Amino acid sequence: MSFWTMYGSKIFIAVWVHLFYVLVSVSIGFVVALVLGISLSQVPKYAKYILPVISVFQTIPGIVFIGMLFLIMGMQSATVITALAIYAVFPILKNTYVGLLDVDYQYIEAARGCGMSRMQSLFEVELPLAMPTIIGGLRMSTVYTVSWAVLASMIGLGGLGEFIYIGIATNNNALIVAGAIPAAIMAIILSLLIDKLKKRLEPGSRRRAVL
Amino acid sequence: MIRFEHVVKRYGKTVILDDLSFEIAEGEFAVLIGPSGCGKTTTLKSINRLIRPEEGTVYVNGQDTAEVDPVKLRRGIGYVIQQIGLFPNMTVAENIAVVPKRLKYNKEDINRIVHELMEMVDMSYEEYAGKYPIELSGGQQQRIGVLRALAASPPIVLMDEPFGALDPMTRSTLQEEMIKLHKKLNKTFIMVTHDMDEALTLADKIIFMDQGKIIQMASPEEMLANPGSDLIRNFMGKRSAESPALTAGDFMRANIVSVYASRSLRECTALMARNNIDSLLVKNEDGTYHGIGTIANIKKYGLSSGTIGDVITTGNAVSNIGEDARECFDKLTASGDGYVVVLNDDNTIAGIVTRTSMAKAMAQALWGDVQ
Repeated sequence: MSFWTMYGSKIFIAVWVHLFYVLVSVSIGFVVALVLGISLSQVPKYAKYILPVISVFQTIPGIVFIGMLFLIMGMQSATVITALAIYAVFPILKNTYVGLLDVDYQYIEAARGCGMSRMQSLFEVELPLAMPTIIGGLRMSTVYTVSWAVLASMIGLGGLGEFIYIGIATNNNALIVAGAIPAAIMAIILSLLIDKLKKRLEPGSRRRAVL
Repeated sequence: MIRFEHVVKRYGKTVILDDLSFEIAEGEFAVLIGPSGCGKTTTLKSINRLIRPEEGTVYVNGQDTAEVDPVKLRRGIGYVIQQIGLFPNMTVAENIAVVPKRLKYNKEDINRIVHELMEMVDMSYEEYAGKYPIELSGGQQQRIGVLRALAASPPIVLMDEPFGALDPMTRSTLQEEMIKLHKKLNKTFIMVTHDMDEALTLADKIIFMDQGKIIQMASPEEMLANPGSDLIRNFMGKRSAESPALTAGDFMRANIVSVYASRSLRECTALMARNNIDSLLVKNEDGTYHGIGTIANIKKYGLSSGTIGDVITTGNAVSNIGEDARECFDKLTASGDGYVVVLNDDNTIAGIVTRTSMAKAMAQALWGDVQ
C-alpha cells in the first residue's frame, strides 16, 4: 500500500482543520488587536506601559499556554482557537498602534481643519493610512499561527501537527514531511494573499489596481 | 467678521500671543507676516480653534468661538496648510468633497461643486478628478488643497503658508489665481506667510507681528511708504527704496553755490574758480530761480564788465522738489545738461540733481540702502 492511498485523505482533512484553526483564530485576533490598538493609540502615554505587559504573553511557550488552557477549557476546538487567537493579537496590535502613531501630522491637522470629528479623522483618514502597516502585522500573525496551530494535535485536536507528532514518535520521516510541507505551503500561500491585500490598501493604489 | 479681544496664549512660560486685539473686516484679504515665532500661525489657528487661547476672546461673525462646537466652527471656515495635507487615500474629487460630504450635501450638488471648482483653476475634471494626490505635481496638489478649503463655500478661508513649499514659478501662478479667486468669491481670506513679496502682492491688509504683538497693521501701500519699525523696514528690504513716494528732493545735492543776477562777472568768475565749477545758479533779487551762468557764456560774450544776469541761459531742465524722482531723472537724461535744477514750491533754489545722484538712487533700488 502506497503512502498516498494510506494517508492522502487524512492529509486533506488535516489541511482543512489546520486552515480552519488559522483563519478563525487570526480573524478573532485581528478584531481584538484592532480594537485594542486603536484604543491604545488614543492614550500613547499609557500605551508605553501597557504594550510591554501584553507582549509578556508572547513569551509564554505555546506548549505551556495551550496546556494550561486545556486544563481550564477542556478538549475542544475553542481551546485551540483561544490560544492561537491570543498569540495572533500581539503582532497586529503592535503594528496597529505604531501605524496609527506614524500617520503624518499634516493629515490629522488637515482632517481637523476640515471639520472632521476625532472619530471621523480616525476612521476616514488615520486608519486607512495606517492600514498597510496593520496588514503587515496581520501577515506576520498569520504565518506564525500556521506554525503554532501544529500544537493543536498536542491535545488531540488534529490538524497537520498530528502527522508531525506521530512521525516523531514513530520515527517515521515520511509522516513528518507529510505534515511539515503542507504547513509550509499554507504559510506561503496565505502570506502571498495578504501581500496582495496590502498592496490594494496602500494609499493611492486603488486606481492602479483597477487598471 | 473676525475680532480678537485681548487674546493671550502661552506655552509654558513663553508668551506666544501677548494681549492681541484686532479686527479683520468681511471680504478682506488679510496677510499675517513676521519673523519665525512671532505668533502669526498661532493667531491663524486661534481663529478655527485648532489652538485655544488661554485668555481673551476670538469672535467669528460676532460669535465667541469658545462657545461654538469646534467641529461645526471649522466646517464653516476653509483651511489650507503648507504641507498641503491632501488625504492620500482619497482621490482628487473625494478630497475636494470632504467638507460638503460632512455637511451632508447631496451627491449631485457635490458633483457639481467639484466640477465648478476644478474648472475655476483650469484643471480638467475628466483628467484629474479620479487621480490620487501622489499622481499630481506640487502646484496641482496645492490647487486642490485650496479647492478643498473652498468646497463648502465658507465665508472665511484660512491659509497657513500655503505656497511655502512650492517653487517660485508655481508660487507666483498660484498667487495670481488666489487674487482672482478672492475677487470672484468675495470671501474673507487670511493668510500666513513669511514672504513680504507675497504679502505685498496679495494683501488688502498686512498684519505685521513680532513677539506675539502686532507691530503694524496697514495696507501694502501704507506699509511701504511708512514702515512702522526698523524690523518691518528690514522685512521690506529693497522694496521700500522702489517706493513711488521718492522725489527729486530725496536725491538732489543741496547747498549749491548760487548768486544774485546783479553780481559782477569778475566776481562770478572768481567764485567759479574758487569752487572749481564751470557754472553758477543765478537767482533774482527775491531769491527765485533765474537761470544758469556758465563760464562758456562769459567767454562767448567776452565781457569783462557787466553782471552775470546779462549772460545767463534760461530754459534749463528744472524740477519741483516734490516731483517724482523718475520724472526728474528722465529730464536729466533728455536735456543733455549735466544737471537738473530743483526748485522749492516758492521757486527758490533747493539744489541740483546730477548724474551721480541718479546713479546713487539706482544703486539703492537695486541693493537697498547705500550708506
